[in-house]
Amino acid sequence: MIGALGQEVVWGVSRLGDFSRFVAASLLGAFRTRRLMRRWGRAIYEQGVLCLPVVVIVGLFTGLVLGLQGYHVLSRFGSEGLLGSLVSLSLVREMAPVLAALMLVGQAGSALAAELGTQRNSEQIVALQTMGIDTHGFLVTPRLLAALVVFPLQTALFALIGLVGGSLSGSWLLGLDSGVYWSAVERSLEPGDMRECFSKAAAFGVLTMAICAYQGYHADRCRTATGAQAVSRSTTLAVVYSSVVVLAVDYAITSFFV
Amino acid sequence: MKPTRTDTLVGSFVLVGLVAVAYLALHLGAGNLPSGDTYLIEARFSNAGGLNRGASVLLAGVIVGRVEDIRLDPGDFSAIATLRVRSNVHLPTDSMASIRTSGLIGDRFISLAPGAEADNLTPGSRIVLTESAVDLESLIGKMAFGSVDKETPPNETQESPQ
Amino acid sequence: MKPLLDVRDLSKAFGSQQIFSGVSLSVPRGQIFTILGPSGAGKSVFLKCVAGVLMADGGEIRFDGRVLGRDRTALADFRRRCSFLFQSNALFDSLTALENVALPLEQTTHSSRRETRVRAMEALGQLDIGGFADRYPAQLSGGMQKRLALARAIVTRPEMVFFDEPTAGLDPLRRNKVFAMIARYQHRIGFTAMIVTHDVPEALVTSDHVALLENGRLCFSGTPVEFSASADPLVTAFRDSADALGRALREIRVSDP
Repeated sequence: MIGALGQEVVWGVSRLGDFSRFVAASLLGAFRTRRLMRRWGRAIYEQGVLCLPVVVIVGLFTGLVLGLQGYHVLSRFGSEGLLGSLVSLSLVREMAPVLAALMLVGQAGSALAAELGTQRNSEQIVALQTMGIDTHGFLVTPRLLAALVVFPLQTALFALIGLVGGSLSGSWLLGLDSGVYWSAVERSLEPGDMRECFSKAAAFGVLTMAICAYQGYHADRCRTATGAQAVSRSTTLAVVYSSVVVLAVDYAITSFFV
Repeated sequence: MKPTRTDTLVGSFVLVGLVAVAYLALHLGAGNLPSGDTYLIEARFSNAGGLNRGASVLLAGVIVGRVEDIRLDPGDFSAIATLRVRSNVHLPTDSMASIRTSGLIGDRFISLAPGAEADNLTPGSRIVLTESAVDLESLIGKMAFGSVDKETPPNETQESPQ
Repeated sequence: MKPLLDVRDLSKAFGSQQIFSGVSLSVPRGQIFTILGPSGAGKSVFLKCVAGVLMADGGEIRFDGRVLGRDRTALADFRRRCSFLFQSNALFDSLTALENVALPLEQTTHSSRRETRVRAMEALGQLDIGGFADRYPAQLSGGMQKRLALARAIVTRPEMVFFDEPTAGLDPLRRNKVFAMIARYQHRIGFTAMIVTHDVPEALVTSDHVALLENGRLCFSGTPVEFSASADPLVTAFRDSADALGRALREIRVSDP
């Protein structure tokens, strides 16, 4: 029993080390691969353009709900005028980076894990190795570099659309003057909030995409399944681990900024 | 090279995203002084409780600046607030600065009341007429124990340093 | 003449299961060297160990006189000069045929975009699939996929090509064609080939040298004529059983294309 636990711990620590080396190799891969720009563009397309609808929809509804809930809470204290502050601060500091990252994990991260897992399964990754191509640089680096750009952009879009959603439910549905709302938004947001928002987004992007790529890339190492099942298993793990990491890292970064 | 559909979509996405980032960072996040020159003046308060860095500075209800910094003067234990005010706002030397609250539990801000002197405050100079923050808790406490002096409300104590 | 590839005492085990051990062979430059053996004899694993896809447990591999081991530059040099044709083809399904063939050039050489395209088209043309350059692998038939994989393998003008069961899953007609294709391009381009297969008749016709891997041991090595004439019990057993197996497989594959 204790021996099994110890083995699990050793296994976990060695996975962590392996993951760190994987990320390092992927970052170094930027210098070992050619025509990086083209695959970078493709990765931006996968994470940016393809995930835009879900980010817009979730952003809008998050703002709508924040406006609705916030209005009812604030009206008890007669401070409806602070709705803009409530919506903008919760969106920019927490909701936008976290929810946008979770949405991107769900769509782009799972797709990445499944794609790399399938490529591992059909020997495409080994084939790249026999051609003397740097597999990290070719497959993973463009995804990480794209995440560094796309996550902050998606987060900014999420926040803006959320603010619009908040003003919709606040002013159209509940009768708050939209000028009061937007002036409260402008009054409460500060450069520090923006820094927090975008550092979170960039950190989430690189971490989650690295986790998803790692899971897919090593789909053959799955201990409980092989073949197609291993791909499905590693995709599931990629999404679960990424989501947990988003929330844990969010706490860590928030504690730095508060 | 002829542009592909993917290129165009990626370009549009990046453009829209950058506009969103720029709007958030430059318009919403940069405070209430979007553009133009500013200058710094100081104001001394006996109590700056509840006033935060970044709080608004209002003149006749219009935002004309922000609180840049709040620090303690170790000499006489008073609070010195540095205000960043738009350059096109010229304040007479006998202008008054008061710490006010928006609503009952709202944000603290500084309200400026212009004076009548012919000379204007120069950058770096200090406003001498100030009104400190209302200590809501002690006010409520005094009301509860019935010792509020109705003739001179406690938040109207005027200080003229030195 | 010094052999291009020299394998000494190679062994490999997965856990407690010994796949093969003590295998030694040498492949002279320009030859087609075929490793025969029944399914499950460890031929593919052996080929993958030789080609550096898997790590062997023991033994030594020399390519053009240099030992392939922990030395990274030797391995990089080896990979630049060799190609591997996978049993599953391992084509990149998100790239078109042309992009698949152009990829190794694009990533490992400094040739210009135009030159890459010209060479990739040339390789596709050599294998008579130049008209399908813009198709995706999934839109090609099995035989064309095999040819596409071979085009990708030869586009870098390798000195040596490893073929892992190049005829697996093909009907007899295509099987003959694949061997003819290998022989033809080997003749035209002049690479050294190492083929792993269990198709005895085809291998005997095309190869310069045949080896038999059985029960994890190399039990025969010689020319096809010597193989046909050998009285070694393992060789005769495989020859006969392979004929029977071949007949059975042919029936199965014709009825289930």
